[in-house]
Amino acid sequence: MSQRNRLEGGLIERRRPLSFSFDGKSYTGYAGDTLASALLANDVRLMGRSFKYHRPRGVFSAGSEEPNALVELRSGARREPNSRATVTELYDGLKAESQNKFPSLRFDVLAINDALSSFLSAGFYYKTFMWPSAFWEKVYEPAIRRAAGLGRLSGEEDTDTYDKGFLHCDLLIIGAGPSGLAAALTAGRAGADVILADEDFLMGGRLLAEKDLLSVRQGSDWTADVIGELSNLPNVRLMTRTTVFGQYDHGIFGAVERVLDHVLEPQPHKPRQVLWRIHAKRALLTAGATERPIAFENNDRPGIMLAGAMRAYANRWAVTASKDVVIFTNNDDGHRTARDLSANGVNIAALVDCRTNAPTWKEFEVFSGGEIINSRGRLGLRSVKVRLQDGSVKEIACGALGLAGGWNPNVHLTCHKRGRPVWNKAISAFIPAPDGDPLLRVAGAAAGIFSTRGALKSGAEKAIDALEDLDISAHMPDLPEAEDAPINAAPFWYVKGGKGRAWLDLQNDVTVKDIKLAHQEGFKSVEHVKRYTTLGMATDQGKTANIGALAVLADLDGKAIPDVGTTIFRPPYTPVSIGAFAGRSRGKEFRPYRLTPSHKWAEEQGAIFVEAGNWLRAQWFPIEGETHWRQSVDREVLAVRKSGGVCDVTTLGKIDVQGADAAEFLNHIYSNGFAKLPVGKTRYGLMLREDGLAMDDGTAARLAEDHFVVTTTTANAVSVFRHMEFCRQCLWPGLDVQLISTTEAWAQFAVAGPNARKLLQKIVDPAYDISNEAFPYMACGEVTICGGLRARLFRISFSGELAYEIAVPTRYGDALIRRLMEAGREFDAIPYGTEALGVLRIEKGHAAGNELNGQSTAAMLGMGRMVSQKKDSIGRVLAGRPHLIREDDYRLVGLTPVSADSTILAGAHLMNIGEIASAANDQGWVTSTAYSPHIGSSIGLAFLKKGDQRHGDVIRIVNPLDDGDIEATVTGPHFIDPEGERLRV
Amino acid sequence: MIINHPLLGPRDAQEFVYHGDASLIDRPDANAETALDDFHDYLYLRDNPAGSHKELWFHEQGLRSWLVVTRDTTTQEISLVELASDYAKRRGWDR
Repeated sequence: MSQRNRLEGGLIERRRPLSFSFDGKSYTGYAGDTLASALLANDVRLMGRSFKYHRPRGVFSAGSEEPNALVELRSGARREPNSRATVTELYDGLKAESQNKFPSLRFDVLAINDALSSFLSAGFYYKTFMWPSAFWEKVYEPAIRRAAGLGRLSGEEDTDTYDKGFLHCDLLIIGAGPSGLAAALTAGRAGADVILADEDFLMGGRLLAEKDLLSVRQGSDWTADVIGELSNLPNVRLMTRTTVFGQYDHGIFGAVERVLDHVLEPQPHKPRQVLWRIHAKRALLTAGATERPIAFENNDRPGIMLAGAMRAYANRWAVTASKDVVIFTNNDDGHRTARDLSANGVNIAALVDCRTNAPTWKEFEVFSGGEIINSRGRLGLRSVKVRLQDGSVKEIACGALGLAGGWNPNVHLTCHKRGRPVWNKAISAFIPAPDGDPLLRVAGAAAGIFSTRGALKSGAEKAIDALEDLDISAHMPDLPEAEDAPINAAPFWYVKGGKGRAWLDLQNDVTVKDIKLAHQEGFKSVEHVKRYTTLGMATDQGKTANIGALAVLADLDGKAIPDVGTTIFRPPYTPVSIGAFAGRSRGKEFRPYRLTPSHKWAEEQGAIFVEAGNWLRAQWFPIEGETHWRQSVDREVLAVRKSGGVCDVTTLGKIDVQGADAAEFLNHIYSNGFAKLPVGKTRYGLMLREDGLAMDDGTAARLAEDHFVVTTTTANAVSVFRHMEFCRQCLWPGLDVQLISTTEAWAQFAVAGPNARKLLQKIVDPAYDISNEAFPYMACGEVTICGGLRARLFRISFSGELAYEIAVPTRYGDALIRRLMEAGREFDAIPYGTEALGVLRIEKGHAAGNELNGQSTAAMLGMGRMVSQKKDSIGRVLAGRPHLIREDDYRLVGLTPVSADSTILAGAHLMNIGEIASAANDQGWVTSTAYSPHIGSSIGLAFLKKGDQRHGDVIRIVNPLDDGDIEATVTGPHFIDPEGERLRV
Repeated sequence: MIINHPLLGPRDAQEFVYHGDASLIDRPDANAETALDDFHDYLYLRDNPAGSHKELWFHEQGLRSWLVVTRDTTTQEISLVELASDYAKRRGWDR
């Protein structure tokens, strides 16, 4: 278990060794390692295969920008593909697998793609798999998905728990490097509510990765001191392992905190990740910068990485990718890497600086004006080829190459609200627009201020500035002396010439050639190039790739980089797992359902339940001996028609309408008239939308001159209430009327059947006469029941039988259902569910959701004449549009099959006998069907052209999906009691 | 987004339901001779400005108040929030 490449020092805990495995092989690392640093320590450079060409790849960075070192972490249901080894905190027992390889990482048969690369260039899919189109889904796509892909999903349900939360603060500081820490110190001491978030598991940012940045007295650690002070301030919340991934409107930020990703298994029920919505009065982006590579031929071998990452591995994790390192740089920062490594005992085989005036050092050789033009090493870097200033070529053996192409400020979050970064010539990079967002300031390297001194100072200054907006006065803290080196860089993006491939985007295998090809084929806008070549896509979003591609495009067009443009950054900054977005809203909690007041009782009866809208409703109540749902439903329907049944109808929307102008208000929202409805009466009402089509139907019961109770369908309870409030507040704000939804306040039961009155008379207190004379069809009123309980009684019927609906305060719902069933025993009254309810209403020909589907006019429903022309109601004017009142339009009809044993299917289409079954000959469609035990056959409701004039005709019902083709007789929509006599007895 | 409710103070936009252009408040006269055309235009023709936009939001998970929110569609800046009933009354829809 040697860690050959482990150096001295670092911020790892050598007394806490951790064992882990990669591709089944065991290794040891230390607490404080990442998976990447621990693998490097064990001399593992090869960590994956590339997306398209299956090229061997190793770690490229030391942070969340990593394009290459993607692994499958954990196993079973917890397997997490595309985990970046560079931000995977090492824990004991960690298991990781490389991905996109077969059969093994070292020997991958699909590496053949690399040899075929000339056929796999930009736009390859678009050009190659054009035809035959039927091949796409069955042949091409599955093959491509297998060959070119990243990790595999487990396909199993995530066993972990996720949560969500809200946070509020005066100042959100994003990134805890030197500028973030200085800002937090400044704001924290001023008493402001501060959140300091960092994606890393340690705070300090670049301070952790560097040596000798701060000149502080011997034995003092400024970073630790500041974090210590901040953690003692009650107004400061320090959040490590927390990525602020998006900026949204009005100071809202999205953040994900990886609470327990760094353990083998989170404790049961503890959230593994928490998605935070942070409301910040002001925010400060101190997210640092990302180093950029320099492209050259075969620049993608394991061992080639960013120079700053090499420095971080050496200083923070005491690791080097190899004992023999070459650095390729265009700026002074590359020299810092070489010196740090050299001081750590790493052999710097050469430093190649493209500048002709590069500084020189006695510790290692510097090739000024040199360029690296190629590399060797199949599974890991073995040597680089250097073209010297004099044109000669030299091959230098090395195991690792550090690329230092300058740094890009991490401006991403400033772009989320369409902020456009601007080009800064001094650092050859985009920086946030200086007059950007007043809510989000930027400091430190993220603002293009790269020196440590500058970062500290700008962090403190911007914090003071932001707090001034909030009238909080803050003062500049004593900041340590720090390096203040000037930027000394020459823009240099890629080595020109060469016949091979030079990678720009390692994750998507996009090369300089691909950009040139795309450009040649006319994709000149950077957004087009991105989509054509897949540059900048996938998990790293081109953090190390985009700028190089822009440089190539700029050269091709003979423009400067800022004139080529930049692709816009969108949230999230780094990938966020879907589990975090879902939080607890999984399974049943994704869409919780509501229970009716009789639910417990129905459960006791062994009811079968169904989700209806947001509710769980009893669908039918099987009794002993019934083995098929139809047996139960037929029995329930016949029992209601014969004697009586009870159904929980609480789910119907109930809206209380009160006020002196309540009747006038209802006149506006219903198409039919309500002004003259007497107190104590109920009326059916049809609501139209303003476009004249039917919106919803229900009843309105007038309990007093100034008090109505409106019912809506279950499905539209919310939208109708919203609509009524719109009418009240926006259209008729002068009316004296108030609305309140009382759906949850009243438990309501339908009591239907010839014995319904007798049953209710046993419950309604004798003081209330509910005889047919005193309480006729459509009567309503407030009564008391069971010796004084207040209740509302409505004589309305959905079933076509003598029926009532009785409502009591919800808390009495359970007691009432029990009392009703007890009272009904002598009449053999039964409970019935939604299935029987549906059969009863189809038999009666009442329109429901299938008929009120948003495409039906009042005339189609047979209610054309109900729409009052004498008043201004919603939808009245546009309902009069000529094509909506055509005589030959669809009309609601009933259908009974000519042969009683055929079944009518909803959704089937109607055709005339003798005509070809085609769309051109279509006569209408079946909306609702049921088996009617009353008729003794299948029945249906349908919309049929001129249906009102075709009662008695025989028509074909055609269902091309299952070759169904039956004949049916057209009837009126009422299969039972068309005159309505049963309602009125 | 945050909507600064005139009665309740700042509220998260998640509590609201969006309903589009506030011109829906200016419902035409149903008895005018041109009513059919007027209602057609009222219902189907909307401006889609890049900039300041008056629009309707319903505080469904809260007060049930309809609001007229003046929002810049390019910057999302909300410059004014009023109760729709106040706004409608001011525009003469008292009755």
